[in-house]
Amino acid sequence: MTSEVDSESGRRNLPPLSLHIPEPHYRPGDVADFSNIAIPAAGVTPRPDSAAAAATMRDMVYGLVRVLDDDGKAVEPWDPRLTPERLRAMLRAMALTRAFDERMFRAQRQGKTSFYMKSTGEEAVAVAATFALDREDMCFPSYRQQGILIARDWSLVDMMNQIYSNKADRLKGRQLPIMYSTREGAFFSISGNLATQYPQAVGWAMASAAKGDTKIAATWCGEGSTAEGDFHSACMFATVYRAPVILNVVNNQWAISSFAGFAGGDETTFAARAVGYGMAGLRVDGNDPLAVYAATAWAAERARTNHGPTLIEHFTYRAEGHSTSDDPSQYRSADEGAHWPLGDPIARLKTHLIGLGEWSDDRHATQDLELAELVKASAKEAEKNGILGHGMHQPFETMFEDVFEEMPWHLKEQSAQMAAERTRKWPDKKSGDPV
Amino acid sequence: MNMIEAINSAMDVALARDSNVTILGEDVGFFGGVFRATAGLQAKHGKTRVFDTPITECGIIGVAVGMAAYGLRPVPEIQFADYIYPALDQLVSEAARLRYRSAGEFPMPITVRSPFGGGIFGGQTHSQSPEGIFTHVSGLKTVVPSNPYDAKGLLLASIEDNDPTIFFEPKRIYNGPFDGHYDRPVSPWAKHEGSEVPEGYYTVPLGKAAIVRAGADVTILTYGTMVHVARAAVEELGVDAEVIDLRTLVPLDIETIEASVKKTGRCLIVHEATRTSGFGAELAAMVQERCFYHLEAPVERVTGFDTPYPHSLEWAYFPGPIRIGMALEKVMKD
Repeated sequence: MTSEVDSESGRRNLPPLSLHIPEPHYRPGDVADFSNIAIPAAGVTPRPDSAAAAATMRDMVYGLVRVLDDDGKAVEPWDPRLTPERLRAMLRAMALTRAFDERMFRAQRQGKTSFYMKSTGEEAVAVAATFALDREDMCFPSYRQQGILIARDWSLVDMMNQIYSNKADRLKGRQLPIMYSTREGAFFSISGNLATQYPQAVGWAMASAAKGDTKIAATWCGEGSTAEGDFHSACMFATVYRAPVILNVVNNQWAISSFAGFAGGDETTFAARAVGYGMAGLRVDGNDPLAVYAATAWAAERARTNHGPTLIEHFTYRAEGHSTSDDPSQYRSADEGAHWPLGDPIARLKTHLIGLGEWSDDRHATQDLELAELVKASAKEAEKNGILGHGMHQPFETMFEDVFEEMPWHLKEQSAQMAAERTRKWPDKKSGDPV
Repeated sequence: MNMIEAINSAMDVALARDSNVTILGEDVGFFGGVFRATAGLQAKHGKTRVFDTPITECGIIGVAVGMAAYGLRPVPEIQFADYIYPALDQLVSEAARLRYRSAGEFPMPITVRSPFGGGIFGGQTHSQSPEGIFTHVSGLKTVVPSNPYDAKGLLLASIEDNDPTIFFEPKRIYNGPFDGHYDRPVSPWAKHEGSEVPEGYYTVPLGKAAIVRAGADVTILTYGTMVHVARAAVEELGVDAEVIDLRTLVPLDIETIEASVKKTGRCLIVHEATRTSGFGAELAAMVQERCFYHLEAPVERVTGFDTPYPHSLEWAYFPGPIRIGMALEKVMKD
């Protein structure tokens, strides 16, 4: 009788295992077709009470909160019923964010700075959410939420000074461009290490609660970053201590060249991560500014009334490359963006306002011109303070400041060494002189 | 007081003095910590000031960073220094750099307490001395006490300091000093210097070393448990050594080191951490740079070996008086 067992290994004659490697649906050269994505109609996803128990709203993480229908009309139950003035202010902030991105992208190409990251197509995620928060609520953003500062009317010149690392840069030329920080703007210092801001936002929110304050925190990360341990630690702490925090996941489909499937997006939604933690979760049409506003307002009310954290997945699309150092034509279909089924957030809000009789194509065109001029004038103003690599930076010895509150002896020694090097290289220059 | 009681007393005083001081970590709340360092603090100061956390070191430190950004003074505990690695990114890339990268807008007054070092049959995962990893990072302060008085004063100074501090507690000497001979019982702190600990508030400044034994012939630079082991070795060998307890590794008290080595002309460095790229290498380089023409023999290092901490062979690994004695003979030879 023949044995089924391999005599050498003792192994049964089993079929070999195979490893699944996720693959995006479209690569360069393919024609994109997003008909496989299930998009519920506006108005279909219900709106629970903001105090509802997380367990009663598990289906929310598989739906899609949408307010604007295909014709740009606002539909209940999530319609936040904003005034036309508020809608126009939101539209303006989103359009200004896009104009800012355009100008700074070009500035990088002109060699005025080393690096830039656009938020094209995702403006609603930052701008509309900020409109739904209080000015004092602390934001812990990732690197693609410049819209927060713009929505808070932060100085464009100040942002550009940071991008140019010039002598007026509040961060003294120490951070990569776009990694803003302003305590006054309730905008936490951006890290390049992914998702580190997530537990930090939770800690800030816990501190606010522990002190009996009324302020809440909000944080943003990309869908790729949800794979980081920090994301899961943050969800755990947020749930356990019922922290007043909003955890935003910006699912823009791509983490540089890795599609969302590598972060688990093929198997479930990112909002569904909330279910495992017993946290409220919402999945939102991230290109619908009214939906983003409504979901954020809902989560903010929940947080402010001590009902705990909310995880919001913003389903959106990164219409441009990851950064100025990226070439998306090498890894994704060139026409993907054009086929994205949820449209463009600025166009959708514009259509909505026109439908209300509160806006027009002419007014929009005029505003675009005005914003482009504003950005241009701000850039010229910032460039007076210098651009990267052309001197006009902070004095050299500032390099050694702020490592510690007081400078210890070894940094003083190293500062003196650097000064000696400079004196030998440029005998006529003073510390703040351009080189 | 023993060192545990002194550390407990420091946190008790800090909690009472400043409503922003907050203690968090695994088991630190109701139970009072596996070493009892936080015993009674939750009952006295309340659950929002002293509380247990999920077992995620990354989360503990990440949350502490956020709390510090709000304006609190968090004192997170990492139950064993061996478990600090999952939190490394939050310490190295975040806490250490936030003051710098925000140009001073977000100082990080965090004090991370963590028991460290071997000699308790803790195997590979309860014995490590990772201080060299942190001294290599710009923006972190690293503190190691060697007796109860210093432990309380240094911990209060660390909590009050506006920079992130890693406070390593040598757990082999929590209950009493230790002469490095594993077959002799640890004698309780009560019989030794450094155990006179005031109940109230006082600080021991960061960045100041202590000369724990004055001597003329050789300088021994050490910290933590090894202060006691080095002193035992010196006495057993009958050498007139000056033993310096560094107390703070960053910022380092270079003046005291330099003055002593220039006086004695010889230098031995003792730490329990592994040898290669350990803090002893930095000390040796600094002594060479600053005291070369005063040296009468090469600088010697006594350290743990470059292996993971072996459980059953712990006492062969542990730097004891014999290893120190052999190095002393070498450094005193010429």
